[in-house]
Amino acid sequence: MSIAPAPSAVPPAADAQPLLVLERLLKIYGEGCPDCVARTGPAAGTNVCPRCRSVVACGDLSLRLDPGEIFGIVGESGSGKSTLLRCLYFDETPTAGHAYLTPYEAGRVDVFAISPQRRRYVRHHLLGMVYQHPHLGLDLDTSAGGNIAEKMLMAGTRHVGRMRERARELLGRTEVPLDRMDEPPRRFSGGMQQRVQIAKTLANNPPLVLLDEVTTGQDVSVQARVLDLIRSLGRSLGLAMIAVSHDLGVIRLLAQRTAVMKNGRIVELGLTDQILEDPQHPYTQLLVSSQL
Amino acid sequence: MRAADLLVARRSGYNFAFLDEHSKREVRRALLKAVAIPGHQVPFAPRELPIALGWGTGGLQITLSLIGPRDVLKVIDQGSDDSVNAVNLRRLITRTTGVRTTTDTRRATIIQTRHRVPEESLRADQVLVFQVPYPEPLRRVEPSDVQTRRMHAEQDYSRLWVYLYEDIVRWGDVTIPHRYPVRVHGRYVMDPSPIPRWDVPKLHRSPTLGLFGAGREKRVYAIPPHTRVEPLEFDDHPFRVEDFGGERCRRCGSGRSFLSAIYDRATGRRYYVCSDTDYCERRIAGGAAQRAAAP
Repeated sequence: MSIAPAPSAVPPAADAQPLLVLERLLKIYGEGCPDCVARTGPAAGTNVCPRCRSVVACGDLSLRLDPGEIFGIVGESGSGKSTLLRCLYFDETPTAGHAYLTPYEAGRVDVFAISPQRRRYVRHHLLGMVYQHPHLGLDLDTSAGGNIAEKMLMAGTRHVGRMRERARELLGRTEVPLDRMDEPPRRFSGGMQQRVQIAKTLANNPPLVLLDEVTTGQDVSVQARVLDLIRSLGRSLGLAMIAVSHDLGVIRLLAQRTAVMKNGRIVELGLTDQILEDPQHPYTQLLVSSQL
Repeated sequence: MRAADLLVARRSGYNFAFLDEHSKREVRRALLKAVAIPGHQVPFAPRELPIALGWGTGGLQITLSLIGPRDVLKVIDQGSDDSVNAVNLRRLITRTTGVRTTTDTRRATIIQTRHRVPEESLRADQVLVFQVPYPEPLRRVEPSDVQTRRMHAEQDYSRLWVYLYEDIVRWGDVTIPHRYPVRVHGRYVMDPSPIPRWDVPKLHRSPTLGLFGAGREKRVYAIPPHTRVEPLEFDDHPFRVEDFGGERCRRCGSGRSFLSAIYDRATGRRYYVCSDTDYCERRIAGGAAQRAAAP
């Protein structure tokens, strides 16, 4: 791909308030036991607890995200990166941990602990999620415009004309032909479905967008256009994003800071350039050296 | 209870109003909860009845559990007192209670109805009992009951709104002819039973208690008197009732009632009559009286 690497992060002012603070996120599939966290992780070489056979998908993950920042998470399949995103988007209930979003109650309330109704509010007003598979984020049998309208309806818009205007604007931005706005995305190509999904995600101007393997499984030219789109949207709208991928190329293009995950833990975290040029952890070294 | 009523009930071989007292109490308990949470579907345990499920067993059990010997009963089926469903239900109720019946909406204390609200304005001392085939307004967009219950709990009605949006985009207007979803007391979205859109505004802040029973689906729900009942509508696509294009009832001449289209086989032409037969008859009688009074 011929897109220049992401500009390196502007160091945030020391007193700048972060957009998101995630503290000690724990997600265990299975019964769990007191030894789960201690006996799993990269040192143990597994995320399955040898005692109770539970899977520790995310073990005590903490991170901070600044407004407008694009944060990358890279790691192999099963390292827990998608689970992290799904917990943040309330698709999964974390076993333990806290998350604070500055736009919600000034970041004083743990969004993992609020009622389902409040969670809906956070999910639809403050967050956006682009899934790897468009069918997870879209209703493929509802028109593209209807999909975008759904997000706005969830946020309380009750005006068809205004919703259609907004849908047109978003589909224009994401380069979906406007004359296909009232067609169901099932009839669209994969790349176009992905762009409709991105348009839907942006409908309510969320300050934080989560990207889960957005380009995996698409051909290279489509990948490049989708990444280019995400970057320009991020820049023009000032969106903060967390981009998950197993592809270092994607991370290099998008992210200013990156975390490397393995066996449900963050093994290395820092500026993307630094991690790619001077990997410290053996797993990161392996990842970087095995790039084609 | 009058001696004659007791006699009727006893002669039928059944308890007063067919159901045993404990069953009636169970229905009433569910109704109290339904009234306390307007528009919320409350589960109840329907009893075996001598009519088939789907023929008004939900409404019937509500009526049977509420009716007393001094009540005056009216039963209608799509506005008509004389159609089969109404006649059979009325017969069952009168044979096991001995209550008086009427076709006059103004004289009835309990009105059991299938798919219509009478044209006559109802009062606070009357109860309107609806027969409901499908109590779940979200069924159009979600087949799973677990999901629809979660959606009600979280007030997540966006998919129903998307349904309306898609309708408008495709057809230029909402095409739902009956069972038009309404929001009750600003909270629960409710299926008002298959009444035409014409009848939906009559539910809004009505002084009459509205009770809804779905026997097959085992649910009751209610609209307490004076409750807000608002059809789902967009700011730029307001809810509209049926438009009969200036047609009038052929019998009574009414242009302000819900009309049924009738096909005249002899002439091949379509004409209209009031769906509410009591309203129509009374207008005809009133017109005749006026003519008689005129010099």
